[in-house]
Amino acid sequence: MELILSLAIGVLAGSGVWLLLRPRTFQVIMGLSLISYAVNLFIFSMGRLVLGEPPVIDPSWTGDASHYADPLPQALVLTAIVIGFATTALFLVILLAARGFSGTDHVDGREVRK
Amino acid sequence: MIDLMQHLPILPVVIPMMCGALMLATRDGNRRGRLTIGFISIMSQLVVAIMLLCMTAGILPAPWADGVGVYLLGDWPAPFGIVAVVDRLSTMMLVLTALLGLSAWIYSTARWDRAGVHFHPLYQFLLMGLNGAFLTGDLFNLFVFFEVLLAASYGLALHGSGRARVRSGLHYVAVNLVASFLLLIAMAMIYGVTGSLNMADLAARAGELAGPERRLFEAGAAILGVAFLIKAAAWPLNFWLPATYSNAAAPVAAVFMIMTKVGIYAVLRIGSLLLPTGAPAAFGGEWMFVVGIATLIFGIIGLIAAPQAERQASYCAIMSSGTLFASLGMPGVTLTGPALFYLASSVLALGAFFLLLEMVSRTQSFGAELLAVSLEAFDLEDPEPTEMSTDVVGVAIPAAMAFLGLSFVACGLLIAGLPPMSGFIAKFTLLSAALTTAAAAPGPGTWLLIGSVLASTLACIIALGRTGMRLFWSVEDTITPRLRLSEAGPVSLLIFACIGLTIWAGPVMQYFDETANYLGTPSAYINAVLSQNPGRIVAPTGVAQ
Repeated sequence: MELILSLAIGVLAGSGVWLLLRPRTFQVIMGLSLISYAVNLFIFSMGRLVLGEPPVIDPSWTGDASHYADPLPQALVLTAIVIGFATTALFLVILLAARGFSGTDHVDGREVRK
Repeated sequence: MIDLMQHLPILPVVIPMMCGALMLATRDGNRRGRLTIGFISIMSQLVVAIMLLCMTAGILPAPWADGVGVYLLGDWPAPFGIVAVVDRLSTMMLVLTALLGLSAWIYSTARWDRAGVHFHPLYQFLLMGLNGAFLTGDLFNLFVFFEVLLAASYGLALHGSGRARVRSGLHYVAVNLVASFLLLIAMAMIYGVTGSLNMADLAARAGELAGPERRLFEAGAAILGVAFLIKAAAWPLNFWLPATYSNAAAPVAAVFMIMTKVGIYAVLRIGSLLLPTGAPAAFGGEWMFVVGIATLIFGIIGLIAAPQAERQASYCAIMSSGTLFASLGMPGVTLTGPALFYLASSVLALGAFFLLLEMVSRTQSFGAELLAVSLEAFDLEDPEPTEMSTDVVGVAIPAAMAFLGLSFVACGLLIAGLPPMSGFIAKFTLLSAALTTAAAAPGPGTWLLIGSVLASTLACIIALGRTGMRLFWSVEDTITPRLRLSEAGPVSLLIFACIGLTIWAGPVMQYFDETANYLGTPSAYINAVLSQNPGRIVAPTGVAQ
């Protein structure tokens, strides 16, 4: 499971960075989205990977913390998802405005002369 | 009364949040209502900030001991619940924010707030994010408040729209989104290693790490540092700044001056807490010094090369960041006090400068700036006026022009650090503290710092002097602008604040030196946060059933 998760994070982050460095605004926003997925998965994995365990302590507490998933990264991920979503939506609006003003989807607002 | 005072530390976050939300409930056309709410909000923030400052400095009686006030949100004890912490450093930043916020806000009411929609609510949320970032004692909440202030700043940077603003806004948003992701990665790593996000708890736990865990923690801290350096505009992470700041509306650019300082505040705060157990690379010692010197040199080159006054002001902001990083990166705490004085002085001066430049630009006829630059570039003389009137010697200067000229000189002196203004005191104490440090631990670093700071002063004199001559003397058809009190007032307020810093330099510097000493021994902060007991009795129930 660790291998699959780290591969997923690596592939998402790698593709995200590559797209982020491309010159078109749509590629940049796709790259930002992919990086945000990678980051969210990464935050999750920092609470240690456990399968099928609850994040809430139940009354028949056995005293062994390894029977519980860490609830804090889940809360952090939730916040990060909301904030990332909102800022990405905002970026989309700016992207469209830039397209409208400059007539091109190059990140610098003008095509590179060849 | 004392009960009410206990809730004072959270008010700088609550007031702008409530007022911003209230503004959204009124229509955007209801300008009078929004102005009233905005004024009440900013004035009460200023009052609360000054009260908190007096309480931490021991002038007013405080409901807490040792000048560190801890506010437990939700009344949970420190490592588990969220805390807000007021101490000497954070209250000083709160007062600066409120002062700059008030001036830029008054300026914006003259005309800029009508250049787009929802200026006032965004402004309140920006202040909320700034105040929250200064108050929080928790790494994740630092991220949340960063996002609040950045989200508001995206809106404000685009305020007024236009092609140039949208283009530089696009870069600004993209860079800051990446910085936010870095911040998240760093926090996740630090949490994964230490199991805590509370800064005081983190400082206590970082020393217990060893071997691979310590190295992982250092890696996390380094990524955290990179994220803060992007916000603080350190070279080579600051290429977004000149375009964004010079294209933003004047009051927005002025209030953005405090935003680069948030990054410096975060580095200073976390660096001071982690210092006793060995500060990770980004937060102290050699790396910060090198980054600071590089930023300073980049600022100098940019300042000399920049053709436009607004861009020059942006490079002055970069130089101010560079000076701060270089002086904070010096060993020991002797330079921290003067660096904080420099921070206060440069924030106020640069804020005033951005406001002033917009007023000055109204005196220029269209295209005059372009003409002046090309004349300079091709080494041509100014076209001589054909009719020189010889009988009238000395034309009365209009009051508005006199005000603009004097303010420009004052801002120039402040930014360059020439006597008699507070910029000089800041740089002088900085250099004398550097020499004291050099006497204890000689090395090339001190001379590098002194050389770079003096070179930056020279660059400021050259660049601002040239700009001043071009703006005020060498243009034939200057238009005398009509200034309103709400435009001239804020600039005067900021300059008078700097004059105040000059006159009361003694007590102010003493306060900053005490702050520096307090930052040098972070055990006061750590103990205050970790020993704060909740007001209610926590009984262990429901666990051992």
